[in-house]
Amino acid sequence: MIVPLQYLCVVNSARLETPIEKHLRHWALLILPWGMLIAAWQAVAVSGLVNPGLMPTPGQVGGKLVELLLGGSLGIDILRSTQRVVIGVFLGILVAVPVGFLIGWYKNARTFLDPLINFFRALPPIALIPLVVVYFGIDEPAKVIILFYASFFAGVIVMYEGVAQISPIFVKVSRTLGASDGEIFLKVIVPLTMPHTLTALRVALGVAWATLVASELLAAQQGLGALIQSAGSFFQIDIIYVGIVCIGSVALSMDLALRAFTRRLIRWQDRVEAQ
Amino acid sequence: MTRAVRGRPRIVFEDVSVEFPVEDGRLSVVDRVSLSICEEEFICIVGPSGCGKTTLMNVAAGFEHPCSGRVTLDGKPIEGPGRNRGVIFQEYGVFPWLNVRDNILFGMRLRSSRVPASEQEAICQKYLDLMGLKDFANAFPKTLSGGMRQRLAIARAYAAQPEFLLMDEPFGALDAQTRSKMQNLLLDVLQREGKTVLMITHSVDEAIYLASRIVVVTARPARIKKIIEVPFAYPRREGLQETPEFGALKAYVRDLVMAEYEVQQQLGSASAGPA
Repeated sequence: MIVPLQYLCVVNSARLETPIEKHLRHWALLILPWGMLIAAWQAVAVSGLVNPGLMPTPGQVGGKLVELLLGGSLGIDILRSTQRVVIGVFLGILVAVPVGFLIGWYKNARTFLDPLINFFRALPPIALIPLVVVYFGIDEPAKVIILFYASFFAGVIVMYEGVAQISPIFVKVSRTLGASDGEIFLKVIVPLTMPHTLTALRVALGVAWATLVASELLAAQQGLGALIQSAGSFFQIDIIYVGIVCIGSVALSMDLALRAFTRRLIRWQDRVEAQ
Repeated sequence: MTRAVRGRPRIVFEDVSVEFPVEDGRLSVVDRVSLSICEEEFICIVGPSGCGKTTLMNVAAGFEHPCSGRVTLDGKPIEGPGRNRGVIFQEYGVFPWLNVRDNILFGMRLRSSRVPASEQEAICQKYLDLMGLKDFANAFPKTLSGGMRQRLAIARAYAAQPEFLLMDEPFGALDAQTRSKMQNLLLDVLQREGKTVLMITHSVDEAIYLASRIVVVTARPARIKKIIEVPFAYPRREGLQETPEFGALKAYVRDLVMAEYEVQQQLGSASAGPA
């Protein structure tokens, strides 16, 4: 078969790429979408299509960000929000892992709990805010409860699907090697469910950040959601943008850190490695 | 045919029947099987796919229980899986989250293990050498070939120091060359360590080459059709397979199996048997 010349060239150039070039290409691909996003934002802001009062430029938002970080309370807002998300997700996953394991592993538990979980999973956490206020007031616990609710239901479903897919062969093998029930749980089930636990954690973190603003609608004094909320009532569009950028950045950094941690912890897992 | 002198009976099937519940009643899988597996004997069970061979092994392993008759080990009923009976499954079941060394050490590190900690490393090393895995001691199973995973499964079962090896088509998924190599390796190891083996296979060649006795079972439900003493002395060499005696025995056993295969084909088209 005759291979067209241009394909050969592509193959060759890929092969001959030096490590430095590979590095450069990697970073270029990472940075490019952000550059494009900011450029598009800038273009829209200065094009005159939108009232300049309604759309600050990236530069203005960046300036405001620095200003609030240095002089204002932005640092504390970020801290408070991160704290709420971390506590909510931690508690949510703490409960989601055993419950997800139970319904994934035991058929009876599944029959018993599955309809309940799907009923509550369908309710958006925001819809529960009035009830949470009635029962828990408007203090810190109320916000954490909303985030707990969101992360529990996001996590439990990931956990359950993952556990249900575990092959029983590993349990059978360990029994024939002489493992007790406790050893099977600690030495077989825990490592096997680790990837799913970490995925559940990732999904829950995503959902929790998305629910954060809603949870901080509850008369919060501090937090990124509260910042956006109050900026909205005072028509401070640039501060709204600062809040959005901060939520996105913190969520992205947490996700990246979790992924790096996951890669270390489950090196054994068969994954399709992208070229 | 010469009758080999057999050791004392160890695992004894007495009139064992197994039924599985199916949609319309019960499916008889094993029907009144009586068989004694004696000390240091190598028994191969041969029969058509889906006939209930694996169920026989599962009963000896303790994963399934007879609904009538009984299975005993040294006179005591088998109630569940145990460390004295190492099982090698068709699908290997090597632990993907442990590297090769930790897979082999798994059984020895359990609380029920009687191998002192000071000897574990040496035993592990011995099986790494024996199975040709020593260059891969720190590799995760995902990087191993099928043949290597199989050798790892055997090494892991051996390292737990069982008295019996129960093997369910252990070489079924391997290519012809690897398969033949693994058979010789198994004979070698058994020669050195003297274990009692029950192997399920559908290869007549494999059964004659390895076994001291061949049990031909019928189409489902599995009954014993014929027990054949294999007249070839150990150690066996590969040239054995080209001798006229081997050929004659092979033709004889093959005809027995083929007749049951035809019956099973008709059964199989009516309903799929349990694995």
